[in-house]
Amino acid sequence: MKCQKCDKPATFHITELTGGKPQELHVCEDHAREYLSESEPEATAPGKLPEKLAKQLAVGQTAEELAKLDQQACPICGITFFEFRNQGRLGCPHDYVYFQKELDPLIVNIHGELEHTGKRPKRTHGSTDRQTELIRLRRELKEAVLGEKYEQASTLRDEIKQIEGSGANHGSGVASRESGTDQPKPPST
Amino acid sequence: MELEELARSCGEWLRGSGPESDIVISSRIRLARNLADFPFISRATTADRAEIERILRDKVTRVRDGAELNYVDVNRLEAIDRQFLFERQLISRELAEGQGARGVAIDPQERGSLMINEEDHLRIQVMQSGLDLQTAWEKINRIDDLLEDQITYAFNERLGYLTACPTNVGTGMRVSVMLHLPALVITRQIDKLFRSLQKISLAVRGLYGEGSQAMGDFYQISNQITLGRSETDLIKQVGDLVPTIIEYERKAREFLVRESHENLHDRVSRAYGILRTAQTISSEETMHLLSSVRMGVNLGLIRDLEIPTLNQLFIYTQPAHLQKLSGVELDTSDRNIERARFLRSRLNKSDSNGNKN
Repeated sequence: MKCQKCDKPATFHITELTGGKPQELHVCEDHAREYLSESEPEATAPGKLPEKLAKQLAVGQTAEELAKLDQQACPICGITFFEFRNQGRLGCPHDYVYFQKELDPLIVNIHGELEHTGKRPKRTHGSTDRQTELIRLRRELKEAVLGEKYEQASTLRDEIKQIEGSGANHGSGVASRESGTDQPKPPST
Repeated sequence: MELEELARSCGEWLRGSGPESDIVISSRIRLARNLADFPFISRATTADRAEIERILRDKVTRVRDGAELNYVDVNRLEAIDRQFLFERQLISRELAEGQGARGVAIDPQERGSLMINEEDHLRIQVMQSGLDLQTAWEKINRIDDLLEDQITYAFNERLGYLTACPTNVGTGMRVSVMLHLPALVITRQIDKLFRSLQKISLAVRGLYGEGSQAMGDFYQISNQITLGRSETDLIKQVGDLVPTIIEYERKAREFLVRESHENLHDRVSRAYGILRTAQTISSEETMHLLSSVRMGVNLGLIRDLEIPTLNQLFIYTQPAHLQKLSGVELDTSDRNIERARFLRSRLNKSDSNGNKN
């Protein structure tokens, strides 16, 4: 068999499956090379995906709306939407709740789905809201200490202890990181 | 743990055994997990990070699923040792090049590792030689269960396991299979293959993950989607496709043997010749030539070499490994000389003593 594009023998037999019905091609090595390298692939950088998509969120919003959205900050970790858009990384688990309206379209864009159907932790945690609350309280405590608002810091410390003591954090065995407090030992296994 | 000891050993994924090991190097699964009561890494303070490391270090080193794990405080490691663990695929580039409190617990047989304070608080990975995703899943699922008994993971009823980047949310799972596809590269079919894989949401990366070039014709195929499908489905999606890719590669090899046997044999022999005689050689050239030799061994064109030896050479000739093995720090040009010397000594067994610089 001769090459379909020149007189040399056809040594490559290509079946093109993309686009409509399969097409057969019988070509020599040179023409096969030419054919196969015709469409240069775009550089794929999966790592850049979140950043790109995060920036895409800007599309479809007026500058004013976007500026307002950018300033919104998660009450738990303090990350602003602007910061997330720029770095493509979220600040804490609560961001998924707080920025749900903005994140859901992004998540659908990436995964095509919005419902987890895989593995679940065996122990029923009920809700991890109390754990999330610890993130906020510890942040506020740090700020209070830095601002020398000791009365406020003391109240916050009590609140943290209360949540930690209630067993809501049985998992992490987290102790208050303020010096001088008793460090409850994590449950031994 | 002594890294020097590790440098001389040979990890699970380099073993060169297991199903389809002429083409499939290794099967790997990783899970991304976060503590529920700490901010993600980007918002974690220095104190948070130290505390996360303390908590997780305590938990992961208690996981007794087989041998005891070795914990390495990555923050205290020299740059060369971090690079070494990265080349060995025991830590990611992010963990190697990051800052602050972070660490890794390593299985002594290198069948897996647990990274702390990477992009997520915890990244668990399990590796198997050859094509064996099922075993990898059973192992990693068990480790995850053991940890979950002691840790409250950030989990949401609707979205599943919550991760720092929305690209990992849901299962937090990345299933990847590393393949050696030299014949598809030679016959220039590789780009086509990648384009069709991307259409079905599979990602293709080089030997060293995101952004790395496909050195030595090694490619990792992995799932892009992590939400809305079960772990079993995701494993099936990648696992079902691999035999097809293997088939393509085998056909391309058959084609080369049939249609241009002399060219192929010449290419393989020249590659082997250069590796056995070069006096200075870069890492890139080494990878490129080793790739041809590896295929030559699989096709029976070279008979005095074993696949595990070759798999090792791919890793041992990387910059940090080379320096670890020789025991001295070397600049690029000295490394190239040392690499050539190392290759000569490994590939010319009969005259390895008389073959001095």
